[in-house]
Amino acid sequence: MKIFKSLTKRYIVFTPILLVLVVAQVETYSQLTTSGTFGAAVRLAIPILLAGLGGLYSEKTGVVNIGLEGMMIMGTWFGAWGGFTFGAWQGVFIGMLGGALFGLIHAIATVSFQVDHIVSGVAINILAAGVARFLNVIAYEGVAFASSTASPRIQGDIGIFTMPFLAGGKIGETVTPNLIGRVEDLNIFLVSDFAGLMLGFLSNISYLTLFALILVPVSFLVLWFTPLGLQMRSVGEYPAGAESLGVNVYLMKYIGVTISGALSGLAGSYLVVAGTGTYLEGQTGGRGFIGLASMLFGNYKPFGILMGSGLFGFADALQLRSPQAVHGLLIVISIFLLVLTFKAIFEKKYKASVVSFLLSAAFLIWFVNSTSIPNQFVYFTPHITTLIVLSFANQRIKLPEKNGVPYKKGELN
Amino acid sequence: MKMRFRLVSVSAPIIALTISFGLSSLILLIIGKDPYETFKIMFEYGIRGKSIVSIINRSIPLYISAIAVAVGFKMGLFNIGVEGQYLMGSLVAAYIGAQFSIITPLHILFIIIVAVATSSLWAAIAGYLKVEKGIHEVISTIMLNYIGTGLIAYSLTTIFDEPNSNYDLPRTKELPETGKMPPLNKFFNIEDLQDLHGFLVIAVLVGIFYYWLVWKTTLGFDLRITGSNPIAAKFSGINPNKLVVIAMITSGGFAGLVGLGPLLGYFHRYTIDFPTGLGFAGIGVALLGRNHPFGMAVGALLFAFLQRSAQILDLNDVPKEIEQMMQAFILLIVVVFYEVIRRFIVKQQVKDASKRSDE
Repeated sequence: MKIFKSLTKRYIVFTPILLVLVVAQVETYSQLTTSGTFGAAVRLAIPILLAGLGGLYSEKTGVVNIGLEGMMIMGTWFGAWGGFTFGAWQGVFIGMLGGALFGLIHAIATVSFQVDHIVSGVAINILAAGVARFLNVIAYEGVAFASSTASPRIQGDIGIFTMPFLAGGKIGETVTPNLIGRVEDLNIFLVSDFAGLMLGFLSNISYLTLFALILVPVSFLVLWFTPLGLQMRSVGEYPAGAESLGVNVYLMKYIGVTISGALSGLAGSYLVVAGTGTYLEGQTGGRGFIGLASMLFGNYKPFGILMGSGLFGFADALQLRSPQAVHGLLIVISIFLLVLTFKAIFEKKYKASVVSFLLSAAFLIWFVNSTSIPNQFVYFTPHITTLIVLSFANQRIKLPEKNGVPYKKGELN
Repeated sequence: MKMRFRLVSVSAPIIALTISFGLSSLILLIIGKDPYETFKIMFEYGIRGKSIVSIINRSIPLYISAIAVAVGFKMGLFNIGVEGQYLMGSLVAAYIGAQFSIITPLHILFIIIVAVATSSLWAAIAGYLKVEKGIHEVISTIMLNYIGTGLIAYSLTTIFDEPNSNYDLPRTKELPETGKMPPLNKFFNIEDLQDLHGFLVIAVLVGIFYYWLVWKTTLGFDLRITGSNPIAAKFSGINPNKLVVIAMITSGGFAGLVGLGPLLGYFHRYTIDFPTGLGFAGIGVALLGRNHPFGMAVGALLFAFLQRSAQILDLNDVPKEIEQMMQAFILLIVVVFYEVIRRFIVKQQVKDASKRSDE
């Protein structure tokens, strides 16, 4: 009974998932839950996950990091430059360094000079865009396939990995059976959809993806089970107290923000090295901010961030892979709003119920009278998902106590 | 006494400018160009008559955009969404303004009202999300920028596209003659140069209005007190939620005017190549000008000067992108020095006060 109660409390998470699964049974919308979509979702979720983890390190030490986007831009440029000059893995490393450098700038401004965190972050974003543009112009003078907004292709690539036996990977030269793939092809309700999800995680994934996924438990261990993590968190909660116990507050903040920059840089170089293979201006597309949103959604917990970024990655994957499938989401939204209507009536919030009922009807009419969603709408699916998800998830957040408050040594604030 | 502090505050942007020029020179040296020559070419090109008109035209939207951002900054609200707001406002105003024709002043007034209304409605969404759903305005406005861009791309190709045109790219119908703002060239006796946008007059009025609104009205007082001490503001009876929504709507209203300089003065229609990025540039100008109407005017002119004079650089084999870097350097360094100097002044004030109490 207790489990049932906690499940109904989480209806906001479970109802949409259930609805998506049901709608995915219809042939036209089957793309919603195939392994291909989930595979794309994983690929698209990783940059958001990394940016979210980056935000976590920074904000746990009390520094708000709006500059994630800019650090990610640096990651894309340096990742592409390193990849072009030396090779894929070196590119990843150099991209991380580029991001970390900008993290360091943010740390200098916010920690040593106590500049307002958001002001500094905004400045970092503008600086990164300018620097990337300038570097791209001077670094590739006379190189073929380079322009002021794009770099040439990187050398080599990061290997991809498929789990043997379960997902049909190879051991040496022998091909093993693809057990989960067979289950997916059987088209059993729930089971096949789940198999699709598993396959998305197990087949054709880049080693860099594995590395990023490993960072989730690693971050959890570092932040919650090491002395360093404890010191970092204490600085975010109560810097004056931490100082009195001998914690070097400035150093902890510097470490947090620089790690944050390195992870955002990694997110950026992932976009290049495991994605397009070149640097393109504007390719981060606000993913740094979506990463920040996934951190809020995940309530400042690594595994929560993983969930959040998975959700945004899923929305992103749908828009890339199958515009028809996004159309299927319209009916999902309509039914979900109807559920909210009944909930509102049950709680005697009549005004809210009318609003959500009207919205539900509007989505239903839209669904019935169209066969697909215009391309231009599909493009902002992840962004609107971000807003909707945050609208429902934001009430229970536990911020670090002194998040965003500039701290000066010797001041009791 | 106050004069002394004011002088010290002015030193911050000057120090920042000097350091940024120093950094940029260093970068120029690294890529093998002569910084002295480069800046000389830029300066000489920038003070030509044609350039000056262009600089003023460029600074008009920058200035208004900075004011839009500054209204929010005054109460500690970060409206990063000016970008999406002004593009939405310009599109709708360009479309509706092209549908009819009345005498010029009324026509232009109508276009302005449409743009302001559209932009403030779009901005109000972010205010609502912050107050009702607790979503930080930086995230919501950024997301709304992307959503706005998508909506604009969609509606420009479907609803707002000029009917029966053979033109390839989607665009709205051209504004009728009565909807175009006459240039100011006659007034300044510079008829041999290109058009000086008539919207300059409105930009100046907007600056004065902003000053009146923030420093001379109750609303402005509420904004400033909430910005400097939210807790004290709450105890003095200000409803912070209501203020957030009002500030967001006001900021969006100013944002509606940003695109109108180029729209009424030059483009006369909304096309794919309508200038973007003015909203983000405005953030920089607002930070540089410390939300002060005069400071922001200087900032807007400075950034416009850099943008214009950088155009000559490509002809001299210097990448003109150095200009964007310079703007960003100025921005980052200036925010650091403002904070350093603020702390310095607070320290001095404490010292002065303790001296007085000793006597």
